[in-house]
Amino acid sequence: MDLKKMLNCSAIVLSMACLLACNTKGKADTEDKTSKAYLNEVSTSKQGQAFMEDDGNEMNALKLALTSPDHTTLVKAVQEAEVENALVNVGPLTVFAPTNAAFNKIDKATLEDLLKPEHKSALAGILVHHVAPSNYPLKTLQKNVEKNRKLYMADGQYLDVTTQGDDIYIGGTKIIKSVNVSNGWVHIIEEVLLPN
Amino acid sequence: MKTIQKFLLGLSAGLLLVGCGNTSKDSSNSGAMSSSNAEKVYVPPGEHDEFYAFMSGGYSGNLTVYGLPSGRMLKEIPVFSQFPTNGYGYSEESKAMLNTSFGFIPWGDAHHPDISQTDGVLDGRWIFINENNTPRIARISLTTFETEEIIEIPNSAGNHASSFVTENTEYIVAGTRFAVPNPQKDMPIDEMKGEFKGPLSFISIDQEHGHMNLDFQLNMPGFNYDLAHPGRDKSHGWFFFTSYNTEEAHSMQEVNASQNDKDFIAAVNWKKLAEYVKNGGGTKVAGTYAHNVYDESTMTATTEMKEGVISVDPRNVEGAVYYMPVPKSPHGLDVDPSGQYIIGNGKLSTQLSVYSFDKMMKAIENKDYDGDAYGIPILKFDSVLEGVVDSGGLGPLHTEFDGKGFGYTTFFISSEVVKWKIGTWEVVDRLPSFYSVGHLTIPGGNSRKPFGKYMFSMNKITKDRYLPTGPELEHSAQLYDISGDKMDLLLDFPTHGEPHYAAAIPADLIKSKSKKYYDLEENNHKYAAKSEAATRVERNGNEVHVYATTVRSHFAPDNIEGIKVGDKVYFHITNLEQDFDVPHGFAVIGANTSEILIMPGQTKTITWEPEREGVWPFYCTDFCSALHQEMQGYVRVSGKNSSTKLRWSLDDEWKE
Repeated sequence: MDLKKMLNCSAIVLSMACLLACNTKGKADTEDKTSKAYLNEVSTSKQGQAFMEDDGNEMNALKLALTSPDHTTLVKAVQEAEVENALVNVGPLTVFAPTNAAFNKIDKATLEDLLKPEHKSALAGILVHHVAPSNYPLKTLQKNVEKNRKLYMADGQYLDVTTQGDDIYIGGTKIIKSVNVSNGWVHIIEEVLLPN
Repeated sequence: MKTIQKFLLGLSAGLLLVGCGNTSKDSSNSGAMSSSNAEKVYVPPGEHDEFYAFMSGGYSGNLTVYGLPSGRMLKEIPVFSQFPTNGYGYSEESKAMLNTSFGFIPWGDAHHPDISQTDGVLDGRWIFINENNTPRIARISLTTFETEEIIEIPNSAGNHASSFVTENTEYIVAGTRFAVPNPQKDMPIDEMKGEFKGPLSFISIDQEHGHMNLDFQLNMPGFNYDLAHPGRDKSHGWFFFTSYNTEEAHSMQEVNASQNDKDFIAAVNWKKLAEYVKNGGGTKVAGTYAHNVYDESTMTATTEMKEGVISVDPRNVEGAVYYMPVPKSPHGLDVDPSGQYIIGNGKLSTQLSVYSFDKMMKAIENKDYDGDAYGIPILKFDSVLEGVVDSGGLGPLHTEFDGKGFGYTTFFISSEVVKWKIGTWEVVDRLPSFYSVGHLTIPGGNSRKPFGKYMFSMNKITKDRYLPTGPELEHSAQLYDISGDKMDLLLDFPTHGEPHYAAAIPADLIKSKSKKYYDLEENNHKYAAKSEAATRVERNGNEVHVYATTVRSHFAPDNIEGIKVGDKVYFHITNLEQDFDVPHGFAVIGANTSEILIMPGQTKTITWEPEREGVWPFYCTDFCSALHQEMQGYVRVSGKNSSTKLRWSLDDEWKE
């Protein structure tokens, strides 16, 4: 389901909930409360820092991804897994962001399957494997190599940091670009990192 | 005898009415009404209140910010008192805010906040608040919600009739509630009468920056000037002050200041006085006062000690100052939104006296005087009185307006709020307040344009309103719905310190302007380090300056060596974050100051004078991030004569 469809769908759910609420007007108190609670559930699902209007702030990791034409698949995955709020959290976070090309390296059927609602938690697991708590600018990653420090990822696993020439590799994939965001760093990578 | 009978009659009527009020309240508590009241104050999680309310903190010296109708406390803004929560008054940058001609004063008694106005309407630029004990006035930005300026008022004492704003924020006033010798001198106390003075100060406001300037002082007779309000609309240009103790008693005032049947409202034509001073009128007299200004660019406050003030003898400016008699030791002085009616609340009376501005002008024109007080003409009571609100309540203190033709007055002794109609002066509703209400506030209720949806009372006595917390209780406030014909008590909520008064404003007028963080580019602090590359440690004799930064989740530098016992270490911390609501804190073991809380883009400084050798930690006091617990560092302190090299590092990259 693409984003547009998803939005349409939630609009339908919302309007249905509204109708429910209207219909129960004047009926017993308990029924009214039930429909209200339902409405509430629907309307709160898109609450949180990710949905705050915050003009003037420096870009956070999520906003950066949203504005990048090379990361539409990643954005779709983040939205499907509903982990938006984690990416705008105060962090600090270092996000390794696979490009659309990186996602395209996965076979199409597997990818589509992964983006289905029933695989939401598996998808979320993969995404969390791309996030390291703490600030890791390139310089610090470089020092990880020198000092033989491992990189602790948010899903609890460790990734190796290596270098080849001037390039830095994370879990075997090359960092091709780095951006400082308000809640940490985003490093763009060429492959999707799959957890063990 | 006749008066006593009337008094008793009023008393019993008051009690009866209070009794009725209580009964109806009890019955409404258990019915359907109370559930709809719950909905009226319910602000769902994540949603915002409709109004900001700024309550004075009284003896806390601060200003607290609440949301209405929820009654949720949003912030405490430090003003006249040191505030360890964020380091205000402790940090090197903010210490100067608390300088006075008496030296550094770490505490104040904050009373009456008032929001700036344009054309008589709240404009949400600044909020002013007065300090009663060491006379001062502060200006707080409604963009940063920080105190930006404090001016001391010389030659005065008990600055209570303050800090009320004229309708284009041309002036704010300061009063003298405790008459004093002016100039101060060593003299017998019991020779007060005729010797003491009650100067009223007029502080002009620079419209661009809000900066305050003590323009002149009106050297009034030594009565106790208690509260004030400016005229508005048709009476714009005048200021009205209540006074009590026209007896000029110097002891046991609780008895001796209640001997005169009537005291005075001073009607002051400030426009005329300002013109007079502008044309060279008045005399420059002695008076030392501190003027403290915080510069947002350098993030630092500075003090200028000023000398001398223009003093105006009220008898020298014809047509500028009059007295109007007002019964029974008045407290509140309020002007209705049209500017036509001036309300004096005699606190030992059962009635409110309503004066007409038109009648006052006519009496002035006709020189309709009833003698004078120290050469100031007293206008004839009957010539200026327009009406009387005879409520039967006891101890009227303060009135505000709803913009729909009604006034709301608090009664301290009968502990109630009374609603009455402007023009007919009839009482239309009354509800109890819990307990012993002081002031009340309606958003914009002392301006030309009140927002008459809610009113809240601020009460002096709490007793059993909340869970008991030992002998000392926070004061209570009550929120009333005043959108209908009858008032409806909606909510009871505790406040902080002692709110003597509050100012409130629709949130929409200011919330979009609220600052989110300081732009690092615009940080011109002398000791800012705007990047980790710029961090360093410099020694100058026994003074050590640490130029440090914070970012989630580390300090740079986080290891420092070469500090010696007897050094004075200045930690200048710049928060490199450029994100909303990501402050970092800084504290170091053994510091005899406080922690500091540094907003994104800001630089703050705290000093540390280590007395013991060792390796001492410092850390971030604000839970800033997932790795907040890791946000710490060490300072190595060596003996006074040690040769330990001064050096610093982050992640083992040592520099010196």
